[in-house]
Amino acid sequence: MRLPELNMTKNKTVKIAVASGKGGTGKTFLAVNLASLLSETSPVLLADLDVEEPNSALFIDGTEGQVYEKYRLIPQWDEKRCVICDICSRSCNYHAVVRLGDVIAVFDKLCHSCHACSELCPYDALPMIRHKIGEVRQIYSGRLTLAEGRLNTGEEQSVPLIDQLHKMVGCEIEPAPVQIFDCPPGTSCPVVAAVKKTDYAILVTEPTPFGLNDLSIAAETVKQLGIPAGVVINRYGIGDNAVEDWCNNEGVEVLARIPYDREIAVMTSEGLLAYNHVEYLRPLLKDIFEIVTKRIDSL
Amino acid sequence: MKEIVILSGKGGTGKTSVAASLAILAGPDAVIADCDVDAANMHLLLRPDFKESSDFYGGTLAVINSDECTSCGLCLEKCRFGAITISRQLYSVNSFECEGCGYCSIICPVTAIDMVPRKTGKLYISKTRAGNQMVHATMEAGAENSGKLVTKVKQEAKLIAGENALPYIIVDGSPGLGCPVVASLSGADMVVLVTEPSVSALHDLRRVSRVIENFRIKTVGIINKSDINDGKVSEIRKFFEKEGIREIASIPYSSEVAMVMARGLTMSESGEEQKKVTEEIWMKIKNELTLIETDK
Repeated sequence: MRLPELNMTKNKTVKIAVASGKGGTGKTFLAVNLASLLSETSPVLLADLDVEEPNSALFIDGTEGQVYEKYRLIPQWDEKRCVICDICSRSCNYHAVVRLGDVIAVFDKLCHSCHACSELCPYDALPMIRHKIGEVRQIYSGRLTLAEGRLNTGEEQSVPLIDQLHKMVGCEIEPAPVQIFDCPPGTSCPVVAAVKKTDYAILVTEPTPFGLNDLSIAAETVKQLGIPAGVVINRYGIGDNAVEDWCNNEGVEVLARIPYDREIAVMTSEGLLAYNHVEYLRPLLKDIFEIVTKRIDSL
Repeated sequence: MKEIVILSGKGGTGKTSVAASLAILAGPDAVIADCDVDAANMHLLLRPDFKESSDFYGGTLAVINSDECTSCGLCLEKCRFGAITISRQLYSVNSFECEGCGYCSIICPVTAIDMVPRKTGKLYISKTRAGNQMVHATMEAGAENSGKLVTKVKQEAKLIAGENALPYIIVDGSPGLGCPVVASLSGADMVVLVTEPSVSALHDLRRVSRVIENFRIKTVGIINKSDINDGKVSEIRKFFEKEGIREIASIPYSSEVAMVMARGLTMSESGEEQKKVTEEIWMKIKNELTLIETDK
C-alpha cells in the first residue's frame, strides 16, 4: 500500500519531541519508526538527544556522514600567572575551582562552564580551554537524516551536548520540514534541554503504575515549558486502565494505543523497524503524525 | 554494611521490579534508597508511610530585584546559560535556564541580583510495608542537580544503616550514565546490572559498564525478559564473560508481572515460580558479598 502524500503543515517545520519520564516505555521505538515512515514522503530529521544512551542509530541503516567532535570550555590553571588571590574559588558556586594551599585545583566534572572564575581573574590565570565531551554524527538513509549525540562515557553532564546538537540544526545539520527529537528519560534538566525548543511533545508511556507515575511528572515538566503534549500508550493491554483514566481526568489527549505485541518486541530487540513487518503500525503512526500536526497548526 | 546498587543503562529493563523484590525479601535487614529521583517508582510497590519529610535545596537561583536594576545589560551579556530575559525593558531570570552559577550576582554594578536557595525536591524517610526503612525523594518538575539529591538520599540511607547496624542498603539507580548514575555508584560495594536481550539494552549495558569499571565495583548480571531473543541472550552472556560479570539469573517475560505490579505487588509476590527466582537472586547476591569480604 502506498501512502498518500502527507498533509504538510503550512510550509512550516514541525518539531516533535518524543519523551516519557520512565525509561524503556518505547521512546526510541516510536521515534525511529515514525521518522522512517514519514521519510517515505518527506525529508525528515531524527535527532537522538538521549546522549547518555543513544539507541536510534541501531535501527537506521545508512551512510555515515561527517562526525563532529563536541567540546565544552573549562578553566585551566596557569601557575605562572596566578598570585593566589583566591577570587576564582570564591566566585565558583560549584566548588569546581578550589584553593588548596598555594595550588588552585580545577575539578572538571563539577564545572558548569559559567566562565566566572576565568573572567574575574585579574591575572588571566584561568584561561578557558576545550574539553571534549562527546560527538555528533550524521547518518543518511534515503530522505531520513539521523543526527546522533553521543556523550563520552565518564562525562556526567549531558545538557551541554544536548544544547549543542539543538544549535547545529539549521547550521551543520540540514533542517528538514519534519524534525523528530528522541529525548532522554527522566524529568530533570536533560529533558528540559531536549524538549524546550520543540513544538509538541509526544509522551510515550505504558499502562502500569510506574508508567503513570512518571507520565504525570513528565507532563507537568512539559506543561511548565509551555509545550503542548499528547500521550501514546505503548504495550496497551498489560497492566491496568489507570493511565487512560488519568488522561481523561487531566484532559490530556491520547494519540494512540499500541498493543502489547510479542512480534513488535522481537523486531525491536533485533534493531528492526517494526512498521515494515507489523501491518497495523503504518496507519497508526500516520494517525499520530496527523493529529500532532493538526494540534501544532491550531496553536 | 554493604551497599548494593541496581543499574541497567537502558530504562525499563526491570531495575525497580528487581530492587523492590529484594526489599521485600530482605525485610528490616535492608535500608532502601530510591536513587532514581527523576522518576522514583519504588514507593508504588513498597508503599512507604512518608513519615518524615523535608525540603531539599539543591543549588541556587538568581533573582533580579527590579527596583534596583538599572537595565545596564551586563548580566545578559555575561550569562552563558541564556537565563536572562528582557521584556519591556524589564530584566528577569528564566528559572529553567539558570544554573545557579552566581556570576551575574557578582558582577551586577548595583548589586540588584540575589542568589536564593532553590528548592529542587523533597526528601522522605519512611517505613515500608515490608518493614524496611526507606529513603526516597521527589523532584520538582524539570529541576537541576538530580545528582545532588541522589547523593543526599544515599547519605541518609547510610546514616540509618549505620545507626541501626543494618547489614544492607539496596539502591535503585536511574537509567543512563550521567550524574545521577555516578552519584549512585560512589561508595557502593556491588552493582547488579539488570538487562534484557535487545540491541538497545546491550548497547547501553556496554556503555554503563565502562562507567562502573572506573569505580572497580564487583558486578553481577540479571537477564530479564530472557525469552524475547535467544541470539541477544548469548551476546549478553559473551559480554558478561568477557567482563567478569557473573550471571545470577535469567527471567523469562511474564505477562503476569505487569498485572501483579498494577496491584502494587512485587515480582517476589507474584506466584511460587517468581518467588523462587527472586529468592535465589537475593541468596546469590548475599553470597557474592561474602566472597568480596573474604577476598579482602
